[in-house]
Amino acid sequence: MELEVKNINPNPEIKTKNNLMKNMKKQKTLILMSIPFVIYTFIFNYTPLVGWLMAFQKFKPAKSLFDQTWCGIDQFKILFSDPNFIKVIRNTLCMSLINLTLGFICSIGFALLLNEVRLMFAKKFVQTISYLPHFLSWIIVTGIVADVLSPETGIINQILVGLHIISQPINFFADTKYFWGIVGLTNVWKEVGWGSIIYLAAITSINPDLYEAAEIDGAGRFKKMLHVTLPGIKSTIFILLIMNIGNIVNAGFEVQYLLGNGLVQDVSQTIDIFVLKYGISLNNYSLATAAGIFKSVISVTLIYIANRFAKSAGEERLF
Amino acid sequence: MVGFRRRSKSDIFFDSLIGIFMVIFVIVTLYPILNTLAVSFNDGIDSVRGGIYLLPRMFTLKNYQTVFHNQNLIQAAFISVSRTVIGTALQVFLTAMLAYVLSRKDYLFKKQLSFFYVLTMYVGGGMIPVYVLMKYLHLTNNFLVYILPGLISAFNMIVIRTFMNGLPDSLVESAKIDGAGDFRIFIQIILPLCKPVLATVALFVAVDQWNAWFDAMLYNSASPSLTTLQYELMKVLSASTQQGSSGTIDMVKNAGNMVTPKSLRAAITIVTALPIVCLYPFLQRYFVSGLTIGGVKE
Repeated sequence: MELEVKNINPNPEIKTKNNLMKNMKKQKTLILMSIPFVIYTFIFNYTPLVGWLMAFQKFKPAKSLFDQTWCGIDQFKILFSDPNFIKVIRNTLCMSLINLTLGFICSIGFALLLNEVRLMFAKKFVQTISYLPHFLSWIIVTGIVADVLSPETGIINQILVGLHIISQPINFFADTKYFWGIVGLTNVWKEVGWGSIIYLAAITSINPDLYEAAEIDGAGRFKKMLHVTLPGIKSTIFILLIMNIGNIVNAGFEVQYLLGNGLVQDVSQTIDIFVLKYGISLNNYSLATAAGIFKSVISVTLIYIANRFAKSAGEERLF
Repeated sequence: MVGFRRRSKSDIFFDSLIGIFMVIFVIVTLYPILNTLAVSFNDGIDSVRGGIYLLPRMFTLKNYQTVFHNQNLIQAAFISVSRTVIGTALQVFLTAMLAYVLSRKDYLFKKQLSFFYVLTMYVGGGMIPVYVLMKYLHLTNNFLVYILPGLISAFNMIVIRTFMNGLPDSLVESAKIDGAGDFRIFIQIILPLCKPVLATVALFVAVDQWNAWFDAMLYNSASPSLTTLQYELMKVLSASTQQGSSGTIDMVKNAGNMVTPKSLRAAITIVTALPIVCLYPFLQRYFVSGLTIGGVKE
């Protein structure tokens, strides 16, 4: 019907303009409903982008953004000649790679094993327990980790000394070589159950015929898990892996900020902590913003590449 | 299906391995929390000696009494509850409204508006520009800084919209024929049907609000009356592990020598974690489905 009308219309452009006005009138309420949202989001999400200008200035908080001295890319030059910043980039990349790898392996492994628990009641119970740490704040979690690893009363040191693996309790927070491992394991403790939800959901959609066929071929439980379940969630793993590529510059900062101390700051500080330290504590807004921009640009580029990659691999688009 | 074949030796071995693993997993997850619970009911000085595992050695309620008699912590709890209730109600309602507008397939600006919001998920000003904006808007040392910046979440909007897209179009059509306006359709027809997804999103938002501490430290640390439970807990934590002091730590000294920073921290930890720990098992079926929707996106 619509096609016919269009063909008869001698001047389509005028017609569509009229249509637009008419439709806008019809959708008056919807448009009125969206206007406050657009204004709100413009103020809270988009105006901070104007603040990026600070990275190209010698920003002094007393003056307005447009009365500042401009300095081109000097801040970026300072940033990259600062050995501290290079260290911070290394820490961020290493910790997020550790978190990503450990997180993936543990969540997938946990989902596979939980799926093999045959007592429904036990499965439900373990699953509910596994979500618990996700809902605790980082403040609580880091407090708990500090307790568990404490050299005086911590259970880990007591077990290690009790088994004669070490002769003296270790002060885990005083030595730089333990910090990344502690952060990685803390992340696993908090998120492993939560991370497994999506894999467990994917497992339920695997065709049961495949298990039967594998059984006829003589596969035991372990073989079925390895050759049916794991390949069955391959595409979910792939999508999540790609979605997380953009997060490589996001090592998080709460856990490092809360667990870090003067003794381990060489390995504990991430880009976000660098931004916080220079921006808020030292009032150097320009340098901190430059560091923030560097992070954002890398992150967006990675997401873009990941998206292209996903598309060419035939997976559904991520955004 | 299981009964058809006799369990082979390797299957029995496999089952026991999994059983052992699950028991270890539950212990590793629960032990630190139960230990904190035990310490919170134990005499402060006694706890410092160590050796407390799952049960208190010298039972006392002194730690909790100290917490519940502290004006500073009561005020912090009041702020935490307020920000959670107000922030969650407003965010869920407004995000649902936006989701409704964007779920209407006939909406003229659907594409542009969607792009406008999806972009916010990937591009942001970063910590310092946002901080400067909050200062400029006079939101520092202001309760509203807990509520206003997070009113809309693009991610939650997509989760709710995906759910709304699953509702039949005829609902909106027939309501329109009956003469209902778009806003009324949203309030009276769509919103009640979205209860499951709204429960999911409300849980996520409430947990985020309840657990937030960084905004309290960054924007409101100069206003003691706007402190939150998590921020107070953080101050006790950093005071007991390293340097510094806080209003809450001072009360340890006032409480006499039965309460120590360690036992006090345990008590605050339990008080802070309790509401969430009691709530989440009941919402489990909602958030599992919510997360799957969010993971698939659109």
